Amino acid sequence: MTEYLLHITIISGLYIILTLSLNLIIGYCGQVSLGHAAFYGLGAYTSALLTIHWQVPFFLALPTAAVIAALFGLGLGIPTLRLKDDYLAIVTLGFGVIVDLILLNLELTGGPDGLARIPPPRLAGIDFRNKVYYLLLVAAVVAFTLGLIYRLVHSCHGRALKAIRDHEITARVMGINASAYKISIFTLAAGLAGLAGSLYAHYITFINPESFGLHTSILVLTMVVLGGMGSILGSVVGAGVLTILPELFRRFADYQDVAYGAMLIALLIWRPQGLLGSGKISQKFSLSKNRAKKER
Amino acid sequence: MGTAMLTLKSVHSYYGSLHVLKGVSLHVRAGEIVALLGANGAGKTTTLKTISGLIKPRKGQVEFQGEDISRLSAEAIVQRGIAHVPEGRRVFSSLSVAANLELGAFARRDQQAVKSDLRELQERFPILRERAKQPAGTLSGGEQQILAMARALMARPKLLLLDEPSMGLAPRLVKQVFAIIRHLQETGTTILLIEQNARAALKVADRGYVMETGRISLDGTAAELMDHNEVKRAYLGKGYQEVWEE
Repeated sequence: MTEYLLHITIISGLYIILTLSLNLIIGYCGQVSLGHAAFYGLGAYTSALLTIHWQVPFFLALPTAAVIAALFGLGLGIPTLRLKDDYLAIVTLGFGVIVDLILLNLELTGGPDGLARIPPPRLAGIDFRNKVYYLLLVAAVVAFTLGLIYRLVHSCHGRALKAIRDHEITARVMGINASAYKISIFTLAAGLAGLAGSLYAHYITFINPESFGLHTSILVLTMVVLGGMGSILGSVVGAGVLTILPELFRRFADYQDVAYGAMLIALLIWRPQGLLGSGKISQKFSLSKNRAKKER
Repeated sequence: MGTAMLTLKSVHSYYGSLHVLKGVSLHVRAGEIVALLGANGAGKTTTLKTISGLIKPRKGQVEFQGEDISRLSAEAIVQRGIAHVPEGRRVFSSLSVAANLELGAFARRDQQAVKSDLRELQERFPILRERAKQPAGTLSGGEQQILAMARALMARPKLLLLDEPSMGLAPRLVKQVFAIIRHLQETGTTILLIEQNARAALKVADRGYVMETGRISLDGTAAELMDHNEVKRAYLGKGYQEVWEE
């Protein structure tokens, strides 16, 4: 039982990183990405391949996975984020499909069978096959992500991002380079998803393309919306709730999708801004006032 | 009046394939208030957007203090000393009033001076201090316009571009906005102003240009334009007399 609880907590932790990073794109740039799982997958495969084929130690493979995912994010962001409107949603959707197909067909990535026997991390005699240690490792990365995003959002850059989200043209005539900001945030978010991917690969020790498809992208998007766009705590809650709820209702697995759908519909009717969101969709003054008080 | 601070030389700008500015030439001298008048769709806002770098001209030149800025990015143009207040009081509604003001100084690096400028503006417009922590979206229309102008001043602009500052405001607030514009001129800011309210604009302006369908159709001193029937017609159509005298 404890093993099981530890497992759920570790998985929650991974989803928290994914949700937080996607929330940066959605909540702070006002852009929608439908291919976040692709960066998660790129991180997982990079890290797995490095450790299996080149015996790179995990603690070197982890940051490399983040860098590779971030580079793909940069390559995707530069051409698309300079455009106005929601081209990013379409391009990321396509990117997700392409990555999925490449992983399925490349010999190096093992095709549909994926990669097995990914070595668990090892550091100074600590065996991370023990779930308690792995949880600590995931918790450390979650804490790092939380700290990074919290500091970013509360810095002058966070303020510039909010200005871009509120009104891009005005932000630009203030001298804020809107496209540079969007591209940097997108790159950072892709890198964080890569971190989560690496952690996933070395935890499960077996990966195949199925875990990184559109389904996962939509799931993380749902977590962001449930928790609230632009809310850090909301992302943590959204990821936690959507990881734990399906487990609680496992006995009714046949009806799980129905419950999901019903929950989303209820949410959109009664709380379109998400559980803890500040409400970009239905901006209400009373809400933003409360938030201003909290921020003080 | 000194030499020209800003000069547009037969500027052509497009929205996609739509030819909006068809050879606009105008100049603004240091210390002047210049009004840009004209009916809706004449290209006034596009002219301002072209100056501040939001739209790149296809042909022609924009010169600011002797430098060709027509190929520079919007960020670089702000740093040269041009601040643009877009139409419709675009404050950042989810950010506090104080944060809005601080963002006005985004392109500046002299943090100490920014702080003292902030205090100075809050003294001049006490409402900005009283509401400092409130989200800007909760301000009234007039307060938002004051905030938008004060935010532009935080950039310490040499040239201020104002796009319809009186739009949608009550008459009492319109007066207040124009009082601020006059005060800005006295403190040495050069202003290029777009206005629907041609009479009010010409009262504060030194000179004016009238635009029609992407071209400058008329220019002159404010006093000349005030009496010019062409201005009234360009703006108000044939039945201008009743409206103008009202």
